[in-house]
Amino acid sequence: MAHRSVIPFGPQHPVLPEPLHLDLVIEDDRVLEAIPQIGFVHRGLEKLTEKRDMHQFGYIAERICGICAVGHSCGYASACERMLDIEVPGRVQYIRTILHELSRIHSHLLWLGLLADAFGFEALFYRSWTLREQILKIFESTCGGRVILSINEIGGLKHDIEDSELAGIVQTLDAMRPDYETLVHTFLDDASCGERLHGVGVISKKDALELSMVGPFGRASGVDYDVRMFGDGAYADLAAFEPIVATDGDCYARCQVRCAEVTQAMDIIKELVAKIPHDGIGERTKLTPADGARGEVVIEQPRGEAYYYVRGNGTKNLDRFRVRTPTSQNLAGLTHALQGVLIANVPMIILTIDPCISCTER
Amino acid sequence: MDHKMSRSPWVIHYDGSSCNGCDIEVLASLTPLFDAERFGVVNTGNPKHADIFLVTGSVNAQNLPVVRQIYNQMLEPKCVVACGICACSGGVFRDAYNVIGGVDRAIPVDVYAPGCAIRPETVIDAIVEACGILDQKEAVLRAGGDPLTVGGAATWDGGVELGESGFVAAAEAGAGDAPAADGAVAAGGTSDEPAAAKEAE
Repeated sequence: MAHRSVIPFGPQHPVLPEPLHLDLVIEDDRVLEAIPQIGFVHRGLEKLTEKRDMHQFGYIAERICGICAVGHSCGYASACERMLDIEVPGRVQYIRTILHELSRIHSHLLWLGLLADAFGFEALFYRSWTLREQILKIFESTCGGRVILSINEIGGLKHDIEDSELAGIVQTLDAMRPDYETLVHTFLDDASCGERLHGVGVISKKDALELSMVGPFGRASGVDYDVRMFGDGAYADLAAFEPIVATDGDCYARCQVRCAEVTQAMDIIKELVAKIPHDGIGERTKLTPADGARGEVVIEQPRGEAYYYVRGNGTKNLDRFRVRTPTSQNLAGLTHALQGVLIANVPMIILTIDPCISCTER
Repeated sequence: MDHKMSRSPWVIHYDGSSCNGCDIEVLASLTPLFDAERFGVVNTGNPKHADIFLVTGSVNAQNLPVVRQIYNQMLEPKCVVACGICACSGGVFRDAYNVIGGVDRAIPVDVYAPGCAIRPETVIDAIVEACGILDQKEAVLRAGGDPLTVGGAATWDGGVELGESGFVAAAEAGAGDAPAADGAVAAGGTSDEPAAAKEAE
């Protein structure tokens, strides 16, 4: 006779650095249902626009999440620029994109490490994070910070990144490649990794579309959607861009997609550095938004599509700032993926959506 | 035998309402480049195993009971490190409507480690400083004394308590009759949050 019980998972759990609480309804070892409860990280930062002016708020927007910080500050700055009808120089767009792609590499390497930790491969965790430190070193040498870079301003960049530094970035990435390939080889070809990942937490393409899954989580289920393919900003100058898609929809496919996206990001950076224009880095705007002026931007964060909306009210403070982040889209997919899995696989499946709780709750 | 807790302090990490920046730096300080493990630091998920409590991010109504519960589950001697400026004072978010303040609004803090985001070097520095306090507490405990007279707990104002109209300073809520250091202990039984340390694995 099967016995039903409810197991609380989190908010403090070693597999996740972030607080996510799930009530797992289980029958023997099978999860019947997962009920998420969020709100542990809610700070209410969208409302801070009333207390901080448009330029100060850039720093707050960047601190929505420390992993995708670059993306958030780029998204906020470009949304404000659209609201104010400012055209930023090409170099600004290029440098923002390069930093954004670098943050994708660091985010995916971080994720790969946590995945290795979740399936109990401690050495692989350390290898991934050691490799990731090289990206952080680039951030530190070019912008001064390891996590929070604060390089964006509304209208441009705070400081330029010299061509020689950009060449150095490409060199570092090229030097990383052999190490990275060995790492990927272990993740994708090692028998013990494969056994943990294959066929676990499967989501079909149909379900993925119905649950509006975004980012690598959706692409692993065959959803051919990546905001970068619309060629916004510097992405327009890429010779070609194809979203990386896998079809299996299991944990292995999610790992595969992210592994390939790191290489893709390295290629994008290399191409952009070769093509970067020299038309200045813009300057901080002195304009005040008109009452009712709006700006919207959609960008592809490491975790998927993120939407930014700003509305002015004629003063230096914004009337409204709104973000829709990828993880809030993906939580529905997470609860779906958890149905019917073994309790031992739960931490890993939660991890494979790459949840970013502080993005979700803000 | 010369016994010291600080020779291998086990740490537990909890993300209050941090932006993740400090969390990943706390984790990075344990990985090979910075390698806090050379000081015997081991990351654990179980509060009963842990000696040092690393908290990142500020506290809010939802996570305050969780922070207190983890703290209360830890055994003496124990140390609390507030990692990052949000954990110290609320940081850039201190004016946000859902932020009560730094971690010292919930539990006594022994070491304040600033930074936005905190750097791994600062994390290690704070852990080493906490080790010293840990040794002092252990010495007091072995001599039959009260470890709450050492470190941050000795001067703690009791943080905040849930009053009728939201959170108020513990000194006002308790009408000043309870010693400040007992604030955390008194709040321990009232939490109805699910067991924080349950591991599904």
